[in-house]
Parts: sequence; C-alpha cells; structure tokens
Amino acid sequence: MKKAGIIMIIGALLLLGLFKFPLWNIMLGAPQYPEPLGMNIYIQGIEGVEEFDLQNIDGLNHYIGMQTIPKAEDMWEFTVFPIVILTMAILGVIIGLLGYLEKVSYNYFLAWFILMSVLGILGMYDFNNWLIDYGSNLDPNAIIKVTNPDGTPMSYKPPLIGYQKLLNFDVDSWPHIGGYLMFLGMALTLVAFWIGRKTSLKSTTQ
Amino acid sequence: MKKILKSTLAIVAIFAAFTSCNNSSKSSNSGALSSNNAEKVYVAPGEHDSHYAFISGGYSGNLTVYGLPSGRLFKEIPVFSQFPTNGYGYSEETKPMFETSYGFVPWDDSHHPDISQTNGKLDGRWVFINGNNTPRIARISLTTFETEEIIEVPNSAGNHSSSFVTENTEYVVAGTRFSVPVPQKDIPINEYKGNFKGALSFISVDPELGHMDIKFQVLMPGFNYDISHPGRGKSHGWFFFTTYNTEEANTLLEVNASQNDKDFIAAINWKKIEAYVNNGGGTMMPANYAHNVYDEHTHTATSTMKKEVRVVNPSEVPGAVYLIPTPKSPHGCDVDPSGEYIVGNGKLSANLTVHSFTKMLDAIENEKFEGDAYGIPILNFEDVLAGSVEQPGLGPLHTEFDGKGNAYTTFFISSEVVKWKLGTWEVIDRKPTYYSVGHLTIPGGNSSEPFGKYMFAMNKITKDRYLPTGPEMEHSAQLYDISGEKMELLLDFPTHGEPHYAAAIPAEIVKNNSKKIYRLDENQHEKKTLSGADAKIVRDGKNVHIYMTMIRSHFAPDNIEGIKVGDKVFFHITNLEQDFDVPHGFAMIGANNAELLIAPGQTRTLTWEPKQVGVWPFYCTDFCSALHQEMQGYIRVSPEDSDIELSWSLGE
Repeated sequence: MKKAGIIMIIGALLLLGLFKFPLWNIMLGAPQYPEPLGMNIYIQGIEGVEEFDLQNIDGLNHYIGMQTIPKAEDMWEFTVFPIVILTMAILGVIIGLLGYLEKVSYNYFLAWFILMSVLGILGMYDFNNWLIDYGSNLDPNAIIKVTNPDGTPMSYKPPLIGYQKLLNFDVDSWPHIGGYLMFLGMALTLVAFWIGRKTSLKSTTQ
Repeated sequence: MKKILKSTLAIVAIFAAFTSCNNSSKSSNSGALSSNNAEKVYVAPGEHDSHYAFISGGYSGNLTVYGLPSGRLFKEIPVFSQFPTNGYGYSEETKPMFETSYGFVPWDDSHHPDISQTNGKLDGRWVFINGNNTPRIARISLTTFETEEIIEVPNSAGNHSSSFVTENTEYVVAGTRFSVPVPQKDIPINEYKGNFKGALSFISVDPELGHMDIKFQVLMPGFNYDISHPGRGKSHGWFFFTTYNTEEANTLLEVNASQNDKDFIAAINWKKIEAYVNNGGGTMMPANYAHNVYDEHTHTATSTMKKEVRVVNPSEVPGAVYLIPTPKSPHGCDVDPSGEYIVGNGKLSANLTVHSFTKMLDAIENEKFEGDAYGIPILNFEDVLAGSVEQPGLGPLHTEFDGKGNAYTTFFISSEVVKWKLGTWEVIDRKPTYYSVGHLTIPGGNSSEPFGKYMFAMNKITKDRYLPTGPEMEHSAQLYDISGEKMELLLDFPTHGEPHYAAAIPAEIVKNNSKKIYRLDENQHEKKTLSGADAKIVRDGKNVHIYMTMIRSHFAPDNIEGIKVGDKVFFHITNLEQDFDVPHGFAMIGANNAELLIAPGQTRTLTWEPKQVGVWPFYCTDFCSALHQEMQGYIRVSPEDSDIELSWSLGE
C-alpha cells in the first residue's frame, strides 16, 4: 500500500503541470502560412504560439465573421478551471498520503479517478460547446459567407481533437504537454488503485 | 546445331553488352556532366540557397541581394538612389539620407560592398558600400536589410578605393581616386602637380551601433588611389592602396598616366597614425560634410552637417607611410588570408606582382629606400617582391583567395579567370569568362577565412549571353565551382546596374537575424498612430497633417473632407499589421513624388499638394488580401476660399 500511495501522490501532482504547460493546442496552417498560426489553451487563458498569432488569427477570422478569441476575463472557465485542478491535485495528494499511512483503502484512489474523469468530461463538453459557438455564431455582416452544399452556413468549428480542413486552412487540434501530463497523472492514479488492490488481496489471502 | 545457336546467341549477347555499355558510357559522359552542373545550382522550390551575395549595383546606386548557387535575385536595397518602388528618398522620413554638402543628391555610383568582420572573420552584421561620384560611405543593416547610415567624405572625389573594413571593423576605409585641391580653391587645372592631394579617410565604426565617424584623413600626394585592402593577421594595422597616375598628369590620362614603368602601392600603418591622432596629433581642418543616420525605432533619418575633419600629413608621422613600386598602373590590391602577400594587379603589366609583408617590414627596418616622393620613402621593388606569376594573362584586375593556398585573378583583356598557387606562383587552371571580367568574389574572400566553394565573376560586357533586349542590357555574372583542382563554370545570371565588387557570406551567419516585422510597441515615430480609433487630421495653416492607419483591408480614415486647393497635405501612415510579409502601399492620384510601401509596424509620410477641386481617390498598392481592391478612400478637395470644415470618417 506504501508504493500505491506514492504513485497516487505523483499522479495527483502531475496535474499541476497544467499551471505551466498548455492543456491543448490548435494549429492553423495554410499555403500563405508556411509557419502555422497557433493557439495554446491553458487552464488560465488562451495564448498565441508566437507572439502575434492571436492578433493575426483574429485578423483573418474577421473576414468570415468569427468572434475574436476570448480574453481570460471573458470566460468564467479560466477562473474556475485553475481552482478545480488545484483542488483535485490537493485532494489526490491527501488521499495518497492517507493511503500511504494505510488510513484509507485503495478504493479512494479509484473514486478520485472517477471524479476527475467526470470533471474532465464536463470540461471537454464545455470546451466543445465553446468551439461550436466560436465556429458557428458568425457576424451576419461577414465579408465572406460560405455555405454548405445544403445551403446552411458553413461552420468554422475547429475539431475537438484531430485534424480537419477548414477552407484554405489545415487545422490540427491536440492535447499539449499540460494535457499529456494530466492524462499520465490520471493513469498513474489508476495504477495506484490496481497496485493497492493487489497488495491488499495478497495480504488477505495470506 | 543447338550448340552453334547457343554460342551465336552468347556472342550476340556479349556484343550487345559491349555496345550498350559503350553507348551508355558515352551518353552518360556528356549528359551526366551537364546534369551534374544543373544539380549543383538547382535549389528546389521552397529550399534556400546556401549563400547570400551582396552585389553592388554600380550606376544604379544600390545594392542587390542574390542567392548562391541559384543566382536568384531576392531584393534590391536602395542605398544612394531614390527608389520609387518603396518611396525611399521620397518619403519625409528617408529624404534626409540624400543630404550632402552639395544639397540633395539622389543618385550615386555604388561600388565595393564589404561585410563587417570580427577577428578577421565575417560577422554578418553590416554591409558597407561606397558612393563613388559624390563621395559617401553607406552602412546597411543585415537585420533589416535597409540602409541605416550615410556619411559624406570631404576632401575626396571619386571615392573609389573604398569601402573596405579592417579586421575588427575598427575602420571602414575610403580613398579618393581623383586628387583635388585640399582645401578646394580656384586654381588653374594645369597647376595640378604638387598642389593636388589625395585624401585617404579612416572612418571609425562604433562596435555596438555601427555609427560612422571620420577619425582622420591622410593627405597623400596627388596620385590616383584606385583600390585598397586591409592587412590582416600579421599585417593587421596596415592598409594598402594601389595608385596610378604617379606622373600626376591632369589631361589625357590614358597616355600621360601610363608613362611610368612602375606606380606604387601605398602602405599605411594606420595603427601608428591612430596612436598619433589619439595623442592629439593632426590638424582639425574646416570642412562641410553630411552625416545621415536612419533610426529603426523612429523610422526616421536625420541629417547633420559636420564642420571639421582631422587631417594628417604623412611627414608628421615618420614611419607610417611607405611606397612600394608596383608595375604598370596597378588596379586591384588584394591581401591573402594570412596577411603575408599583397597582390598588385598591374593592369597593363604582363606579369602579376606579389609583395611580401615580411620583406616589406625587413626593408623598412633596414631603411633600404630607393628614394622618396614628397618625403614618403620609396622601397626597392626587388626587396619587397615575394614573386610574380609569369605571363598569366592580359590585363589583371582583381584577385581573391580560397583559403586553401590558391588565388584567383581576373583578366579583363584576355577575359578569363586564372587560378594560381601562392608561394610557387604557378598557374593551375584558367577558364574563360563571358565577357571581359572585372571583379570576382569568393564568399569571405576578403577575410582571413574564405569559404572556397564558389567563385563568381562579374563581367563588364554581356553581348549575346541572354535573349537580346535592345542596345541596353543587364550585366552578367558567372558562377564557378572551385571546390576541385579545376574550376568549373556552373551558371550565368544577370546582375542589376553594373556589378563592381560583391561580398558573399554563408547564409546561416545572416538569415536567422533577419527581421520579420517592426514591432508597433517599439515604434517611436513622432507622428505614429497606433489604432484606427486614434486616426485624426490636424490643420496648421496651409499644412494639413493626416494621421492614418492601414490594416487588412482598409485605411482609417477613408473619407476626408475639408482639404483645399493650395494646402500641403502630409499623410502620416502607420501599418498596424504585425504579421510577416504584409506590407501595405499608399498611392495618391497626382502626387508629384512616389508611392509609399510601409512595412508592418512602420510609419511613413508622403506629401501631396492638391491643385484641382474635386474628389480624389487613394489606394493600397500592395496586394495585401482578398479584399485588397476594396482598400481605397476619397479626399474631397474644395476651392481655396471654401469654408468646409475638416472632417474624416470610416464606415459611416
């Protein structure tokens, strides 16, 4: 159970990487942009990959009537996400510590993982809702209006994950270092659960 | 029967193998060679060249930037000539670059680019180039690829033995080709001899900012100072100048200046003169010359007139100046990478003369002089001679070095480049050039560390090398591969204006420093406008100042009223873009100057004097976006006595 506790603590601490590294990254490449424009999505806000990328993405998007990329203060998520992540990290460390001291059972590790997964899915759902709004809530006076074959206005929603072609742009949307650290951390908590379970089963059979 | 058939088949097969082998080896011989050369200069679409070449534009007054080995032209950098393409010399910010003691001089003849050095190696910070006609030296930044500074050289005329830098860019040196009265005065021309002087100017370069300042001028006898080069390594601290017309003729020079069997290479110990000057030596002489500096942050040039210059007579500093006899009106004066050999390219001589720096020092130490000219000791030709390349060709002009012990000399009359070995003086190879080659360049050839892979010759005559374009045509350069024992001609490419010298450098030393945009938050222009909302118009009597912005794809403002006939309108326009390669242009109908091409983050000013009542359009000249054609505006011009108030708007 000692080993499991340590892994649980490490797993929970890996969430803190989100304060330093982007959770997600969206890159926009086009023939005219051999060096793609990009945005890094942090839990505290959105930043350009290069200094003027956000300004230049907004500049291009005004042709098709998209809203400008929100500032941190424009979205409640960028205030709440850091609190949630910090809370979950602290909670995870506490559970891990108690597990290490054999005060709580390995089932708490699993509970933490489930809670984190639920919160993560909610976060993704919220993020996707924003992407839908960002990509399809267009200025009716947009300079360029593109419609789908069925006549409905085209959506410029970037993919939640993966690659998509949007007009002349190749859009890639993938987790970034902070996101990968979080996934690794969550996986570790699951590992902690298995190890904790195995050791306790062994001790009961003995 | 079967056997016979079999063996016949076998013989046929062998023949076939032989013949096909022969055929293929023949065709692959010529084919492979030429396709091999094509591969050597082929830079695939989207790939970068391995070297930059900065080629002088000669009578275009500018500097062109090429890639090697492709020979592709990347940019023409305006230096000494007005450039309507981007408004250089027409915009209020850049007009001061052309100020001189003669007033506004919007043209020159640019000759010898040289790249700044640190410890004898190219550092890729700046290119210097001389204006030959109205003596000036310019400094071009290799981060912005724009001309940043121009200093006029007083007491000089035909600024030709310029603009070469010393080992650590302590000085950029400018020598006069034409001697003149110093100071200028009204005297008969035939009193030239003994009265005219040749000023050799040592212009110090600030190690941080590159700013130039004439530290001193050496007032030499009235010869013609043709080309110069710095000592390096062991000869660092010395500078060498070829001379012709040591006869001091003032008319029909082609005959009268070709009489002496030998002219001189003047060896100047500038370290010695610098020490003398630092101790207060020399004389401050009244002068009048312009110093024009362009500031990257204010995006504006300022011109200052300087009123004095320090001059030094060689006789004041014994042991600082010597004359080395060199056959037949030497043109090029080239110092090898080690600093030991000084090549005097006697343009009317059958042989190529090479002097030894060590021998020169020895002769000086032992005071082996054969006489003096105006008090300057003349060394013995034989005492200083390192060797000569015998009968290498006709009309040697310039020599460069590959850093592997070989020298390459151009021969104007026999139209060829000759490769020879330093030390043994034997000719290794010769290749024709098309036609009548002047200068040649090896990247880093004027430094202690040449990059001896490519050499290109710059020819004075083009004739039939390209599709004909009438009596007037561009000059031609030719690129050779010099990595092997024998030179190999790879490519012809046209050059703009007349290419005198060129300076070339491996791309990796320069390319990562090249700026993509000017930062708006560093824009310190007095008349900048940082957002469309701040755009405004201010009337000051007859002068109207329009503070305008441009961003894809509109001007702010784009409707202007209240301008009157007789006004002088100043468009102060800021490009708000912060994206790479999104300049905007500005053109006003009937403007008597040029357009403006404004880089991202930059502010530029154009003047316009409306002469007719009406509504007049302006527009963006650089296709900036899908809505470029919509990037336009109108100005209403009312009669002089009209009382229409100034007003401006965008999108109302």
